[in-house]
Amino acid sequence: MRSRFAAALGLTLLASLAAAGVAHAQDSAQPGAQTPPQAAPAACEVPAYLLTTESTLPKVAEAVKNARPLTILVVGSRSSTILSSEASAYPAKLQAALKERLPSIPVNLSVELQSGKTAEEVDANLVKLVEAKGPTLVIWQTGTVDAMRSIDPDDFRGAIDEGVAALQKAGTDVILVNPQYSPRTETMISAPPYLDNMRVVAQQHDVPLFDRFAIMRHWNDAGDFDLFSTAHGIDLAKRVHDCLGRALSKFVVDSAHLDAAQQN
Amino acid sequence: MEATAAAAAAPAITMPVAGERELRLDLFRGLALWLIFIDHLPPNILTWLTIRNYGFSDATEIFIFISGYTAAFVYGRAMQDVGFVVATARILRRVWQIYVAHVFLFTIFLAEISYVATSFENPLYTEEMGIMDFLKQPDVTIVQALLLRFRPVNMDVLPLYIVLMLFLPVILWLMRWKADVTLALSALLYALTWEYDLYLTAYPNGQWAFNPFAWQLLFVFGAWCALGGAARMSRILSSPLTLWICFAYLVAAFFVTLTWHVPQLSHLMPRRIEQWMYPIDKPNLDVLRFAHFLALAALTVRFLPRDWSGLKSPWLRPLILCGQHSLEIFCLGVFLAFAGHFVLAEISGGAALHALISICGILIMCGMAWVISWYKHSADKGASKAKSTGGNADLAGGSI
Repeated sequence: MRSRFAAALGLTLLASLAAAGVAHAQDSAQPGAQTPPQAAPAACEVPAYLLTTESTLPKVAEAVKNARPLTILVVGSRSSTILSSEASAYPAKLQAALKERLPSIPVNLSVELQSGKTAEEVDANLVKLVEAKGPTLVIWQTGTVDAMRSIDPDDFRGAIDEGVAALQKAGTDVILVNPQYSPRTETMISAPPYLDNMRVVAQQHDVPLFDRFAIMRHWNDAGDFDLFSTAHGIDLAKRVHDCLGRALSKFVVDSAHLDAAQQN
Repeated sequence: MEATAAAAAAPAITMPVAGERELRLDLFRGLALWLIFIDHLPPNILTWLTIRNYGFSDATEIFIFISGYTAAFVYGRAMQDVGFVVATARILRRVWQIYVAHVFLFTIFLAEISYVATSFENPLYTEEMGIMDFLKQPDVTIVQALLLRFRPVNMDVLPLYIVLMLFLPVILWLMRWKADVTLALSALLYALTWEYDLYLTAYPNGQWAFNPFAWQLLFVFGAWCALGGAARMSRILSSPLTLWICFAYLVAAFFVTLTWHVPQLSHLMPRRIEQWMYPIDKPNLDVLRFAHFLALAALTVRFLPRDWSGLKSPWLRPLILCGQHSLEIFCLGVFLAFAGHFVLAEISGGAALHALISICGILIMCGMAWVISWYKHSADKGASKAKSTGGNADLAGGSI
């Protein structure tokens, strides 16, 4: 009896150590593996596993292959901009980085802020926006407002499910962007149900999910940015958005397999 | 050697003999309290030790189950000895204590939030700071908090517990009539909750983070086990088939959770299973979570006999002490989690500081448990001699 118990205990311990080891190896194996080609003003590398997705962006790939202009529409809430400094926010940085990576293709990008609106409220405008702008790719940043208002996670899932379906029906590629990692408000805003549901919808519709939350948490844990501290002005916001924009551009390029398309 | 063989032959669970403490309950409730505390802090190295990383269920299940078990054990006996009315009165007094504890924690939370709201200015988080808007109307917010409808993150367990305890007199009364029927009714309510989407609304929007209509199943199941159900199940629990089913389920759950932590593995998960399984619904106590807890519990009672000598070892003493004073230690844990957040916000420190704060918190919890137990056994001895018998919530595992 006792030896069986010891064996079971040993096994459990071994399993947990192995799991922790794997996770740890992941954290530590990445740095240095992929420094971005451009000179990075802040050290904000993103581990490869956070930018890996099985889903693709066929419309984007096609546009680039045929050298058509790339039109991107960012739909988001207030965390998709920096008040009074929109040119430093991640959408503008994404555009700049894409232009650099795809010098032969015009990259148009517009931002439609839907401040304070839940996913369901944004749904109502999505199709209209797409018809007006005719984008190749819609980057939909959502979840924050729903988490703050504690919208029923099932309703939230239904809303993004509908939104993504409508976008796909309208013939655009979609990338979902989840909430920011915000340690200071962690005791007040419960993000996990919304993060989980976004992952589920992304999987069901086979659209890439840009895991902003995990990426920012990684930067915070790795010491690139101190997101917990109070004593930062607008400078921190600018640097974080710069890094997000560049990570997002890599994500777009990778999930549309543009590096391969360019070489052909 | 013979003693261990005898233990193996005995049923896996037996009713605790009157007056004798079931130390395993204290041990695992203490463990649940530690894990809840660690889970409430920002993720750090210790977070890897919490069971939610290795399966579907987490410490909340353990806590609610053991609370149901001990509450039924203590107040069930009171109901037998002194009758329904007196036992109900005692339960209601306990409910009041838990309610006061909850309001006390809310006050501390409010102080922390108000400080953060006035001192934190970071353009990166202008949107998220909108959550502080409730401070603009304290009249509504505080009343809603007193009604248990406004509950900040991490303060959801006590309201659930208050509601469950409020219904304990009815549950016990039914149990004494027909225990199995009570459990069946509880399961029926659980099923109806899933079928008809029953819930309690919260303020300003949304629902209770732990739906009492669903989570009552664990509580009632704990009560049912305490009032003889466990003894009747001992044959099932000791069969090798149960053992292997539980083991297989736990291993499967472990691999599923592994794919959350190691995204490279997620392509190994068949899509159809993913679509059927996700999301795993914590507010409504997903069946997968309940089953995971049952499997864990079944293996635990099987491999950890109640007379295991380790239960008396000084190494496990801190855990057991924490489990024996769980209301106080739970509240302290929530407070320490707030305090930990606060320290981390004021001093920017790395992973080491995060881990250090978790460890300090656990040490403080142990120290406090020791002090409380010293009060009970030494300081208050003369004063409480008269009322120390019967209905004492701390007998046989306490009531929360």
